[in-house]
Amino acid sequence: MTRVTETAQLKLPNRSAPRRRKRIGARARSGLLVGYLILIGLALIYIYPFIISIAASFKTDAEATQDALSLIPQTVTYAAYERLFGDVPFPLWAGNTLMISTIVTVGRVFFDSLAGYALSRLKFRGRAFVFAAFIGILSVPGVVLLIPRFLILQQLGLYDTYGGMIIPLLSTAAGVFIMKQFFDSIPVSIGEAARIDGAGTFRTFWTIVLPMARPALVTLFILSFQGSWNELGHFIVSRQSPELNTLTTGVASLVSGQLGSGNQFPLQLAAAVLMTIPVAVLFFIFQRKIMNTTEGGEKG
Amino acid sequence: MAINAAVRPRRGGGIRRGEARSGWIFIAPSVLITLVFLVIPIVLALWVSFSDWNGFQSPLSPRVNFVGLENYAAITVDDGLDQRNFGIAVRNNLYYVVFVVPLQTIIALLLAVQVNRAALRGKGFFRTAFYFPSVTSTVAIVIVFQFLFTSSGAVNAVIGAFGIDGPDWFNDSTGIIHGLLSAFGVTAPTSGLIAEPGFLGISGWQWLAGPSVAMSSLIMLAIFTTSGTFMLLFLAALQAIGSEIDEASLMDGAGAVRKFFSITLPMLRPTLFTVLTLGLIGSWQVFDQIYILGGTSAGGTISTPAYLAYRSSFVDLQWGQGAAIAFILFIFIIVLTLLQRWALRERSPRKRSVVVAAADNAGTDTAESATAATAKGGLQ
Repeated sequence: MTRVTETAQLKLPNRSAPRRRKRIGARARSGLLVGYLILIGLALIYIYPFIISIAASFKTDAEATQDALSLIPQTVTYAAYERLFGDVPFPLWAGNTLMISTIVTVGRVFFDSLAGYALSRLKFRGRAFVFAAFIGILSVPGVVLLIPRFLILQQLGLYDTYGGMIIPLLSTAAGVFIMKQFFDSIPVSIGEAARIDGAGTFRTFWTIVLPMARPALVTLFILSFQGSWNELGHFIVSRQSPELNTLTTGVASLVSGQLGSGNQFPLQLAAAVLMTIPVAVLFFIFQRKIMNTTEGGEKG
Repeated sequence: MAINAAVRPRRGGGIRRGEARSGWIFIAPSVLITLVFLVIPIVLALWVSFSDWNGFQSPLSPRVNFVGLENYAAITVDDGLDQRNFGIAVRNNLYYVVFVVPLQTIIALLLAVQVNRAALRGKGFFRTAFYFPSVTSTVAIVIVFQFLFTSSGAVNAVIGAFGIDGPDWFNDSTGIIHGLLSAFGVTAPTSGLIAEPGFLGISGWQWLAGPSVAMSSLIMLAIFTTSGTFMLLFLAALQAIGSEIDEASLMDGAGAVRKFFSITLPMLRPTLFTVLTLGLIGSWQVFDQIYILGGTSAGGTISTPAYLAYRSSFVDLQWGQGAAIAFILFIFIIVLTLLQRWALRERSPRKRSVVVAAADNAGTDTAESATAATAKGGLQ
């Protein structure tokens, strides 16, 4: 379509250009204008809520409630943020989330790569069965695991411990699947040469094949970090002590208004803003990777 | 390599030595975690759903009795509060699905088509804007939405400018179909078949309520957060179609609308199907939002089976019933998933013959992001 538009635009001033082309050009341009208007309207709907939320986190409770739309607070106050670091144990929640997400992300990337590599490259009895089982497990809906997870953690004495919050998340069938698919796409000859030279299985995996799987590792890293940072369900059923609250469970408890009267929008919004920052930073760093669908596909 | 393996004796030296052992060592952590924290717990919960366990001693203790299908009966066929709660939750979620799935699909497609325009400037900006809500946590989004939809909030301020008096969104339990009917003077019938308790103990009139205003806010929230993810799936597929077909159809004089419906849309069919089924599977699992909002607000009109399973167990300590609800949901979602897998398997050869050769490259991209989307659901 670009090519058509471009040619049309190039030829537009040229009176001798065929009429037909000229008409297409004009139509394409008016279509583009309408497209821009639709897109800008939609982008506003998607972005504006976040902007006024940030603005409201610097307002007083009364102003946030009465004048929700304004972008600039009449009186800028940091009271909400001060409270988050004062009466609310926000730093504790953030610390828990940071620690848990880090361990879960590293663990998942490592264990899922190991399993994916074995299922893709190593010949052993039962491999086909294990792979089929992982495929089956892919379709188990996460939300029905809440009660079962609680039951097993209680049986194992892991309920209300960091172990119980972390270990069940250390490997996922989806991650194993992603890694297996990627290892399948790396030529077998690559690992083979190292093995002939006498490198052990783990060394071949660790120093030769794994570094080649970087794109898949990055994908898994992003998904795991974002997934564990935003995880709520598992932390509802695996703990009850306030000291083990993560950002999601802690901030969710602010919503139910455990901190006294009033809607406290600035406080809640400030918490929402702060807990979103790390994921947002990750998103902007890896933006091209996350939305790579368009790269290379762009024709014009 | 296949030949290699065939020629080489099965057990022997060479570079394959010790591979079987390494293989099992490599998959051991993932297999163990899956077994201990997924397979065994599901079996344990299945037992609980057939038992009278009350949450006190161990569910495996001899004092816990097998009660057969009693828990399942209590929520489905025995008249009473448990059945009614389940019925209401099913109704709420049904309306949620009916609105969320088509709307998020249409909006995702609209966004993808608009962003895909070749001549568009600032593509990256728009893609980022639409995708960003998908990466933020549900907790943060719920807070933002509560703030937007509070009675004196931004949404009511905007519609107030048009002279509309907005509701107190998250606390309004009026079903929107009931609301519409009452605008025409139709109110709750006091007698007749429609007022009698029907399927799952819910009267026909209650089944017809539509999503409550509170649930409608959650429907908007869902669309807001998922349309970006699905936009990426459509975008990948649109790029696989490529611009040649666009050009050809433009040369043939097809208008943009006609081109969309008679060329683009048919070619997007496999992706459309994926998005619809992923949406369907996801929408029956809505839990986080409901939990954050407390689940029982707005007259119980935002409760869903997933939330009810949690509440029955962890709050009301009726573990058997909670587990039974979870298993009904489990089987329902597995059936949906299997249907999807089966249908996509049937479709793939046809897709290959339709989409031009150039799409083959980009096609892997589609598959990749589809995996990513599934993975995202699976990882969360």
